[in-house]
Parts: sequence; structure tokens; C-alpha cells
Amino acid sequence: MTPKPRVGLFVTCLVDFFRPTVGFAAVKLIEDAGCEVFVPAGQTCCGQPAYNSGDRAGARALAEQVIALFEGFDHVVIPSGSCAGMIKVHYPSLFAGEPGWTLRAERLAAKTHELTAFLTDVLGVGPLPTAWEGTATYHDSCSGLRELGVKDQPRKLLAAVDGLTVKEMRDPESCCGFGGTFCVKYDEISNAIVDRKAADVRSTGADLLLGGDLGCLLNIAGKLKREGSTVEVRHVAEVLAGMTAGPAIGGAKR
Amino acid sequence: MSSREAILGRIRRSLGASGSDAPRHDAVRHHLHTTPRNVVPARGQLPPAERVALFCRKAEEVFASVVRLDRPDGIPSAVADYLRSRNLPQAIRRGDDPRLAALPWEREAQLAVSTGASAGADLVGVSHADAGVAETGTLVLTSGPDNPTTLNFLPDHHIVVVDASTVSGDYETVWADLRRRFGAGAMPRTVNLVTGPSRSADIEETLLLGAHGPRSLHILVVG
Amino acid sequence: MSGAPASATFPKNARAALANPPLLKAIAHIEETLVSGRRRAIDALPEFEALRDAGRDLKAHTLAHLDLYLEAFERKVMDAGGHVHWAADAAEANSIILDICKAAGARTVTKGKSMITEEVGLNAFLEGNGVRPVETDLGEYIIQLRGETPSHIIAPAVHVNKEQVAADFRRAHTDLDPRRNLDEPVSLLAEARGVLRERFLAADVGITGANFLVAETGSTVIVTNEGNGDLSQILPKTHIVLASIEKVVPTLEDVATIMRLLARSATGQEMSVYTTFSTGPRRPGDPDGPEAFHVVLLDNGRSAMLGTEFEDMLRCIRCGACINHCPVYRSIGGHAYGSVYPGPMGSVLTPSLYGLETSAHLANASTLCGRCESVCPMRIPLPKMLRHWREKEFERHLTPRKARLGLAAWRLLANRPRLYGLTTRLAAWGLARLAGKSGALTSLPLAGGWTKWRDLPAPEGGTFRTEWAKRGRH
Repeated sequence: MTPKPRVGLFVTCLVDFFRPTVGFAAVKLIEDAGCEVFVPAGQTCCGQPAYNSGDRAGARALAEQVIALFEGFDHVVIPSGSCAGMIKVHYPSLFAGEPGWTLRAERLAAKTHELTAFLTDVLGVGPLPTAWEGTATYHDSCSGLRELGVKDQPRKLLAAVDGLTVKEMRDPESCCGFGGTFCVKYDEISNAIVDRKAADVRSTGADLLLGGDLGCLLNIAGKLKREGSTVEVRHVAEVLAGMTAGPAIGGAKR
Repeated sequence: MSSREAILGRIRRSLGASGSDAPRHDAVRHHLHTTPRNVVPARGQLPPAERVALFCRKAEEVFASVVRLDRPDGIPSAVADYLRSRNLPQAIRRGDDPRLAALPWEREAQLAVSTGASAGADLVGVSHADAGVAETGTLVLTSGPDNPTTLNFLPDHHIVVVDASTVSGDYETVWADLRRRFGAGAMPRTVNLVTGPSRSADIEETLLLGAHGPRSLHILVVG
Repeated sequence: MSGAPASATFPKNARAALANPPLLKAIAHIEETLVSGRRRAIDALPEFEALRDAGRDLKAHTLAHLDLYLEAFERKVMDAGGHVHWAADAAEANSIILDICKAAGARTVTKGKSMITEEVGLNAFLEGNGVRPVETDLGEYIIQLRGETPSHIIAPAVHVNKEQVAADFRRAHTDLDPRRNLDEPVSLLAEARGVLRERFLAADVGITGANFLVAETGSTVIVTNEGNGDLSQILPKTHIVLASIEKVVPTLEDVATIMRLLARSATGQEMSVYTTFSTGPRRPGDPDGPEAFHVVLLDNGRSAMLGTEFEDMLRCIRCGACINHCPVYRSIGGHAYGSVYPGPMGSVLTPSLYGLETSAHLANASTLCGRCESVCPMRIPLPKMLRHWREKEFERHLTPRKARLGLAAWRLLANRPRLYGLTTRLAAWGLARLAGKSGALTSLPLAGGWTKWRDLPAPEGGTFRTEWAKRGRH
């Protein structure tokens, strides 16, 4: 018997803090697909906030921490296109001129995957034995979409969910206005952007908004809730893993 | 030091190059000499009849009107027909281009034909294009003693004759033809690529024809 | 316009724009016109992606040999009887142009649409020296009447509605019959066409920019839709072209490649109406065309961008696709950027041209969503360069204190997993308690930027890591 692939789960700081359910959903999906999941205890942040704020040294320090923690696994899986993009696309550039670190960063980048891309592209999982009754719409998060090409993977998985219909937004690929620290630095502009996104979500008539990045989902959920909308917001992993018993993002406790 | 030397010097410093670097000179000479083609769309690579049909379709898509004629001697009456259809006076201004000068204008007794550059008072200009490009329905007009550029822009209506045999699939064929006629690296003073009548969308992004140039472009494809 | 742009007050400018409903309504049109037009045009050309690669490669080749192609271009212009002038900066370009105007005895000049003359502030300079510049592109003409600057590089008056244009025309065209109907764009266009036709015929000098300078032939090329650029250059006795040095391309074939990208990316047209190649002054026997032809080659900071992380920006062909697709531009329009060049391309270019000290906001005012890069016909990595400006800002200690402190605190925590675990556990627990059954917070001290506009979804309670440890997992 071949040993199960060893997967390191980088849960991301937002999932760790706001929504552990997404982490458990990811674990379930990866384990059900035949892998062994590890969650290194020392993980914190991938360094993207520092990187996108121009603090390369700060980003680099965190990148070293992540590389050391995760380089021993067969795969590194992340329920976020944004953090996966940071590791896959940007880590190697943080170590320019240092062949040792560059090599380690590149090796990690090569085996790092966004969750839905890992399930479909790497593991080739088939239809998942799960159901959700209703209509959902899917927001393509910017980094996942444009840095990693995550577009069809979540839709393919959702298409097989019993009872679920996906109704697309007019512009599912437009940014939600989160942008990390942008949303508080330029909050009025961020608001104008998420306003359009929320309107696009509402115009689909869907009862559920799904996405693969908690940052965007917190932003859109917060906006929808403020507007009094009843659209539920969840991470795609929750639906795929059938872990939708708890409240939606920003939703009231039952 | 002149600004010329300063700018060129800064460029060379930024590039880490010297002005006398032979391989760089060779690369530039080679590119300018061989004028390599880049990506040329397959769209225009068609047999002649289909190429001309594509040219007509593309020109009409950008709001030009197109009439096909079998022979050049039908041009004067096609011009007169166009003027009548638009309720325009029977008067045109054209250049002395031999391809236009040789036409039987006298057959249209009502039609007043003047020649030369336009000073802005002419309603209708008639020009002969050197070529058409099927890819985008584009006309190629070159300036010269017999081909005033003002006729392409000042009159409200521009009628352009193009010989079907000169309709190419792509711009690259036009460049090759220009080099053959004017010499490598040389150009007439003005080469106008014209694709449809003048237009503007500067007010509330509403598309309007006839901004500063002709309000209408009428193409006579001959042959 | 030359000198420091108004980028330093970006947040204030943006706030004003967000409180300007007619402006927001005008910008919203971009979606159904320019954005969907581009999509249609690209879908109809299977070679578009290959053309993008070819465009990027040919520009990269040209930039790597920029000095030599400029020299080749200069020789060809002179061979054709034209003059070439080199201007290191805006002031030198302006003074060269003024000297040519003076030598031609010019009192009025007509101008084709040109961002580069906006960059150097040519209009104000000429006016201050007794030469009257008349913008002839309809959009540029409107904003000149309004005393404004363009809010978009290809649709300069996109922020103005037709009622405002009508009012401007009634104010400026003093012999206009007050009964004349100016309710619709078509009647406004007719009015402008009539007035500007007289200006074209009366002008002493015509000034245009250039989309390309062709090294092979010494031609300058303008790409327009209205025909005003052509009337500006064929009617006056003198034609002056002001172009920045990175506009040079080697050959006509290279022009064709970029032509195929430009209009599709800009307006969704397959080809702009007029693409005009001008080579020297009129030839012996020519019945029209300018008697004198001058090209002013402007550097203004570009040579210093070569060989740096901003070199790729010199591939820009000014199509505006990045602007049209930018969620920030689409929220606030162009003027808020306080620079001649708005949107992502402007946010990269402005600090290079005017200094980072006054324009650091621009690189930060982006979600780095990457849509600009995904639509850029020249594949310019705009988000990467915005990030480079943020790095320069950080290195030069220009980052605002609050942001620096926040970063330092985050760094301190994130590099200490135990402390991080403890802090996040307490905070998550606290916020969850605070939100109670509602599941979200409607206001929160220190997070006012968030909760002013939207609720903050509350944490579930325990952090993932503590919950995971509770289950005895590794």
C-alpha cells in the first residue's frame, strides 16, 4: 500500500481568527480525498500584509517561518487564493540573490495549492457526496483568479453538489474592494467598490454567496448584512464539506 | 552638453551600454533592414474574392457605405447617384490623380468637377485609395502632387475609389507595397489609414459620426 | 499643470468625487461602452493573446536599443526635411515649442489630442507667452473651456454631462443664438464642429502628439477618431510633434502589431478611424500639408526609468484599458488622482514624473486586484510596480506613522507564534462575546474604517488552532 500523501494545511490568519469552520471543512475535504493532514502549530501569517505595504523585510521574516514549517510536506494546501498566491507567486522574489533561500522558496511554491485547485487539479476528486438546497453565486477572488487561475475548479466541485444551482453575477471577476489594509486606509473607496459587488450579488437572486477567500467574504458579508440583505455568505469549503450547520459568515446564531 | 547628448547618455548609462557597442548596432540594423513580420491575423488571409467581400463587410461595420462596380468607367455615374441619394448638389472636388482624371466625367453633364486641394468649402471630396485592407475595412491614401490630403478631411462627404485588386488581407502587404513604390525607409509626406467616417464619443460616450472629418464615407470598389 | 500635481490630497479629492453623483453616473457608462466593447473586439480576434506577447517583446527589444532607434529616427526625419529637437524636461520642451511658434509668427495654434502636452503643461505656458492654444479634440475642447484637465487619457471629458457642455458652449461661444437647441449630443457636436472649423483654418501652427515614432521611416503617427489631429497638422504652415522618447518603434510592421492592440484595448474598435503617418514637411508639388515639420523628443524622467523596476512602464501605449477596468477609478473618476495620468498607469507613472513625496497615496490606493495587468495589451505588471512604489515609500520612511506602527505590531506578533496564539485567542473570544447572538459587530473602536460602512462579521469564538489542539490533533 502506498503511504497517504502528507498535506500541511496553512489555515491562514483570517480563518484561524474568524472562522475555524473553514479550516475543519478543508481538513475534511483533504482527508476524504485520501490524504493525511497536518497543521503545524507555529503558523501565523504568510506575510502578505507586510509585503503589500512595502515592508519586504517584514514579509521575508514571515516567509522564512512558513518555509521552515511547511517544506517537509508533500503538499501545502491553503483555503485562500490570496495566501496561496503569496507563497506560490511572490515568495521566491523575496529572496533574490540568495540561492539557498530562493531554492527553498521555489520548492515550497511548487507544492503549494489553493484548496479547490488542489482537490481538482492535483487529486482529481470526483463528485463529493454532499447536498445544499438552493441557488448560490460565486465570487472569484482576485489573487486566486489572476495569480493562480482558480476559476473553473470551485465551479466544477459545486456543480456536483446535490440541489445546488450556481447563478453567475454580471461580473464575478471584479474586485470586492477588500484589498487587505486598503479597506481601512481608503475606506470610502472600498465601500463604493463593495457596494457595487453587493448589488451584483443581490441582482442574481441567489440565497448564498460563496467564495474561496475569507477576506473578500468578510467584506461582502459585512456589506450585505449592513444593507439588511438575507443573502448568506460562506466559504466554498463549508458547502463542499457539508459543514453548513452553524451560522453563515456574520450571520446570527440560531 | 546638449540635451540630445544628455538624454542619449542617460539612456546608455541606464541600459549599461555604450553607443559604439557593435552587437547592439547590428541588432538594430538587422531589424530595420529585415522588417520582420510579427503576428498577422488569419482573418484576412483569403482568396481574392472573399478578401474583397471581407473588406466591404468590415467597412460597412464601421459605418462606411460601399458600392461595387465592375469597371472604372462606371465611377462618374456612381458618384452622381450617391449625390442624388443624399440630396447633395451635383458638385465634387478631386485631386488630379491620373486614375481619376482619366474617367469619363463628361458623361455626367450635371456634375461639376473641380480639382485640387480643399480650402474647406467643398461638400464632397473624391479620392483614389492606393489600397484597401480587408482585416479592418481600412483605406490607404497617400499624399502627393495629385492627391491632396485636405480632401480626405475637410469635405462633409468623402467618396473613395479603391481598386479591388489592391485590397490586401493585412497591413503588412501595404507596407511592402509602399517600400516597393517609394523605396525602403521612405514614405510619402502623409499616409492616411481611414477606417470609416469621422466619429466622436466624447459627449456622454454617445457615438456620433462626423466629428471634424467627413460625416460620411462612401467607398466605390472597382473590379 | 507642470510642477507638483494635486496627488498629495488624494483622499480629499476622492471624497469629493464620491459625493458627486453626476460624475459617478458618467463613469458608470464606461462598463457598457469601453469595457464591453473591448471584450467584443477581443473575442473576435483569436490572435489577440499572441499579439500581446509580440507587442511586449517588440517594445522590450526597442527599449533595450532605445538610443540607437532614436538616432535612426532622427536621421530619417532630417532626411525627409524635418527638424528634431531634444528636450530633457517639460520646461525645455515648452521653450522649444514657443521658439518655433514665435519664429513662425504664430498667434494661435490648434492642437490635436495629446497627453504629453498635458504632461508638460504646454497650454498654460503658451498662453502666458502670448500664443493662444486651441484644443480641437471635442473632449479636450470641452475641458479647455471649463478650465479643467482631462479625467481620462482617451475620454478626457468623460466626467462632464451634456447639460454642462451646453452651458459651457453658451458661455464661450458669444455669438451663439440663445434660441439654438443644444439639448442633444448631436447638436453640441455640430456647434463645436462649426466653431472649430474656423479655428483650424485660421491657425498658424498645429501641434500634435504621436502614438508612434517610426525609426525605419522617420514618420510620426497619430491615431484618432475625429480627424482633428489631421486638420491640426495639414492646414497650418508649421506642424510640431511633441512625443516622449519611448514612443519610438522600429518598423512599420511593429506599428501594425501595436495598432492591432491599441484601439481594441482602448475603445473596442478594431481600428481607430484615422491612423496617419507624417513624414517631413510637404514635398515639392504637394498641394497641401505643412511647410515646416518639427519633432520635439521629450525625456522628462523616462531615461531614468530604464534599467529600473519601472522600465516595463515604458511599454505603455496609453490605451486606457487599465483605467477602464480599475475598481478604484470606477469609483472616483480621474481628477481625484490629481495627476495628468489617472488610474493604474498613472499611479505608476506619476511618482516617476513628479516625485514620490507628493504622490505616495496613488500606489497605496489600489486593492492590487490585478485586473489592470490582465487587460494591459503590453502585459505591463502594474500591480508589481505599484508594490515597488510602496516599497520605496517604506524604505524612505514616507509611510504614515499609523501604518508603520500597525505593521510593526503585526510583525512582532506574527513572528512569535505563542504570543500570537494567545493574543488572537483572547481577541477572538472577546469579539465573539461582544457580538453575542447577532454574529456581527456594527461598530468597533479602532476599526471605524470598516464598521462605518459595513458590519464586521464576528469570530466564531475559539481560534482554529486552539480548537484543533482541543481535538488532540497534530
